[in-house]
Parts: sequence; C-alpha cells; structure tokens
Amino acid sequence: MSYRAAYVIVLREFKRFFRQRGRLVTTIARPLIWLFIVGAGLTKIIDARSHGSYMQFMLPGVVGMTILFSSIFSTISVVWDREFGFLREMLVAPVSRVTIVIGKLFAGTSLSVLQGMALLFIAPFIGLGVGVKEAFIMFFLTALVSFSLTAFGLFIAAHLTSLEGFNVIMNFIVLPMFFLSGALYPVGNLPAFLRWVTFINPLTYGVDAFKHVLLPSGGALAAEFPFVLDVIYVGVFAAAMTLFSARAFERR
Amino acid sequence: MPIIEVKDLVKNYNGIEAVRGVSFCVEEGETFGFLGPNGAGKTTTISILCTLLSPTSGRAFVNGCDCMKEPHGVRSSIGLVFQEVTLDNELTAYENLKFHCYLYGMTRHMAEERIDEMFEVVGLGDRRNDFVRTFSGGMKRRLEVARGLLHRPKVLFLDEPTLGLDPQTRSHVWQFIGELKKKEGNTVFMTTHYMDEAEVCDRIAIIDNGRIIACESPEGLKSSLKGDTVYLRTSDDGLAEKELLGKFGFRPMRLESGGLAIVVENGEKVIPRLFDGLTVTVRAVNLKRPSLDDVFLRMTGKEMRDSNGDRPAGSQAGGRK
Repeated sequence: MSYRAAYVIVLREFKRFFRQRGRLVTTIARPLIWLFIVGAGLTKIIDARSHGSYMQFMLPGVVGMTILFSSIFSTISVVWDREFGFLREMLVAPVSRVTIVIGKLFAGTSLSVLQGMALLFIAPFIGLGVGVKEAFIMFFLTALVSFSLTAFGLFIAAHLTSLEGFNVIMNFIVLPMFFLSGALYPVGNLPAFLRWVTFINPLTYGVDAFKHVLLPSGGALAAEFPFVLDVIYVGVFAAAMTLFSARAFERR
Repeated sequence: MPIIEVKDLVKNYNGIEAVRGVSFCVEEGETFGFLGPNGAGKTTTISILCTLLSPTSGRAFVNGCDCMKEPHGVRSSIGLVFQEVTLDNELTAYENLKFHCYLYGMTRHMAEERIDEMFEVVGLGDRRNDFVRTFSGGMKRRLEVARGLLHRPKVLFLDEPTLGLDPQTRSHVWQFIGELKKKEGNTVFMTTHYMDEAEVCDRIAIIDNGRIIACESPEGLKSSLKGDTVYLRTSDDGLAEKELLGKFGFRPMRLESGGLAIVVENGEKVIPRLFDGLTVTVRAVNLKRPSLDDVFLRMTGKEMRDSNGDRPAGSQAGGRK
C-alpha cells in the first residue's frame, strides 16, 4: 500500500469531478427533479393516508439514489481509463493493485458522501428536522453505503471493456436497483417475486437505514427492517465487493 | 548480465498462439528493436515484459527481476510509451507528470525538480499548465516520453511510438529520442513496423507469426543481401543491355516499367564507370541500397504489411522468393 499513490489517484478523481460541468449540474439537478417535480405531484395523492408527507418520505430515497448514481458513475472512470489507455499507466507503475482499488474506492466514496450529505440541507424546507446527532449518524451511514456501492461499481467496471457495456449496466442493474430499493415506495407492498429482488439489493438496506434516522418511526412510510440488519447487510456486501474487485484487477 | 533476458516465451490467447517460443537478450545501454508486421507478437511480448500479461510458458527477466515473480522490481525499473496515447486529457501537462511522480513514490520536492527538468528536455515548458486535450499528436508523444523518463527508468519501452503520426512529426520524435538516449543513456526497447525507424537500433529482431526469424545489427542484416541495385534509363535499352553484359559482365534485368536494373557489389563505384563505358545516352540513374524492407522480404517471403507508402520506389526489385 502506497500512501502517495493512493493520494494522487484520489486527487485526480476530485479534479475530474469538479472540472466536468455537465456531471456537476446533473448531480445537483437530478435529486431536485425527483423531490420537487415527481415528489410534488405524488404528495397530493399519498399525503392523507400517512404520517408526514410523501416528499419527506422521498428524501432518504433520493439520498440513496444520489449515492447510487454517483458511486456507479465514478467507477466508470475505470472503464473510461481503460478505453483511453490511462489505466495502463497505473497498472505498470510499481504500486499494488490493492492501492489502485483503494484509491478509486476512497475517491468514489468521498464524492458520493459529499453529494448525499448535501441533500440534508433540503430537509428543513420540506418540514424534516435534522439535528447534529442525525447529521453525524447520516455521515457514517452515507459513507458505508457509498463505499459498498462504489466497490460494487468497481467490480462491474473491472469486467467492462467498453463504454457501451455501461449503458446496459445502467438500464438493467442501476435503475432496477433504484426502483426496487424502497426509495419511492415501501417494499413490503410489492408482489413476492419483486420483493425477493429487494431483499438482495444492498440499496434497500441503505435507504432503510436512512429512513430510520430521518423519518419519524411508525406509519405506512417508515423504515421496514431493523436498523442493525441494515448496517450488517451493507457492511458485509461492502467487504465482499472490495475483495472481488481487488481480485478482478489481477493480470490475465 | 543482460538487462533483458527472455527464454522460450509462449503466449496463447484462447487457442491462438500470439508468441511461439521467443528467446533473446538485450545488453545495458543498447537500443533494441522488434520489427514485424501488425499481429506478429510484438506488443504481446512487450506486455509480458512490462508485467501486464502472464506468459503461457517461458521466462522473462528485466533488470534481474523475474517478470512473473517480482513484478514490483520490474515495474520500478521500466518506463513506457504505449502504442496509444495514455495521458489524461482532463488534466494539464503538469498534472499528468505529477500524477506519474507520485505514483512512483517520489517526494514532492523531487517530483518538482524532475518535472522541471523533463519539461526542459522535451521543450514543453511553456505549455505546462495547458490541458492535454489541447495538444497536438506530436506534443502528446513528447509529453509521454517525458513521463516515461521521469522516474529515471533503466529500460525505456517504446511500443510503436510514432503510430498515427505524420511523417514530419515521426522524424521529430525519433530525432528527439536519439538525443535523449545520448543524454540519459538508457537501454531502449522499441517495436515498430516501419523499416526506416528500425534502422536507429543497435540490434534488430525480426519477428513474424510469433517467432524471431533473425536477430542482428541493421548492417549485418543488410549485408546478408547480395548488394546494391542500380536502376538505369537509357536512350536504347536493347543496346545498353548488350553493352552491360559485353563490356562489364553484368546481367541486367529488364523492368516492366521500362529501363534496366543491375545488382552490383558497390553501386557508388560502378555508376561512374557506366557513364564512361556506355555508348548509349543514360537518361536517369537510381541507386538503391538494400533496406530492411528487402531483408524482411527475403526472410519472410512477403512484404511488410501495413507499411505506409512513402518508401522509395522500386524496393520490390530485390526479388521475391
């Protein structure tokens, strides 16, 4: 493990993130569109039957969505690097594969945490109180979820040889992961075969953990699993994905 | 002890034999060239030497380290310029170099010193804070060579360093690499499918279909051909043919395009004698020394594939097997 090498890999990802205007704008706009356009319409229908508003219910889900997209997208830089040859510059350097994977993981995780946490500033405007304690817990939770999803993305990216493959991943893995995570509706109401998918989806547990912290307990829209289960599932998933992705970068 | 040692290297990809038992040595300070058409196994061999690929069988050592067992040792003693551009377009020239320095574990102070030095060497100092995406192909190459040398590698690998560059930029890049070698004294291992570029090497290995079919100095390879070819255009080719045979004892070949060709040992000395001795008017003379094109043709029985069209005319006259 080389500290300097990991540092410069992280630094590069940050520079690229803040230089790509389109990516920045998308990052800010996407959660706002979900909350204030989709959310505003649905609030009118769902409001009456639950504790709190639907827009409030959406906030943990939108935080989860932002982290999901950000984490997966940041690992696409690996595919991008492969396509443009830059990955080789890293692979022939005297640094271990683990260092490269850790660098990418740390960069993806911190960018996701940054974006996920930024959304908490919206909470007061939709009538949710987030105190210092909640913010503090959310920081650790977003870090854990970001880490696990970045590791997952890295594992996928290690096997992708072209950017076209990324579109397939986006439509058949990332979007279903978002829709079947409890971000938009409680997963308990789903038909059995879809519920089965939500049970393996790590984002389900991530979003559920956010709900524990951000939403009042009780009512139709509250968290559905025990908090401890949420944390353990995401943690185990993160560890497994880290191991798999480190192995995926070995030479063939 | 040789700086690069390769023994019976074999690499199969999904049943295709890319490299079929290659062995060679490169001495320290040498410029060693791998010459062969696309798909001959050049890049595969380089990738194994650079620890990017594992061989199916055989062994490879760079700077005394086993490419399979001690990849770390190999990686820290080599610098690379790849076939394709491997710079980050979203970063500036300086940031690309800094990235490399840190990746190779240099301290900040050392990195700054080396970066300044290399910017001077490649003459890109005034563009250091510009984004790489604004650079021309030649500038990107120079920056890549600079990057490859930042950590003072023992061996610099150049995999088709002039691929996709225009002829003028190509010759600039070679001139630059030649000067650099004089200054830094590294061992250079290069691959190319351009014959003329291979001539800068101390030794050349000709590789085709995954096998080395010759390994010698460019002069040695060329001297294995019989001699120079002199092309003549005269006012009366028929008469000239008789005179060449009668007076000089040469056996001229009639060319389809018109004119005659003779193969002689020392073309430069023969040409003045022809002017003195022939009674027919000589309209044009062309002397062609054996080039690596001809060598390749002799060795493999085929012309170099994918070579660009800017070679001197008449190079096929050396005779096909």
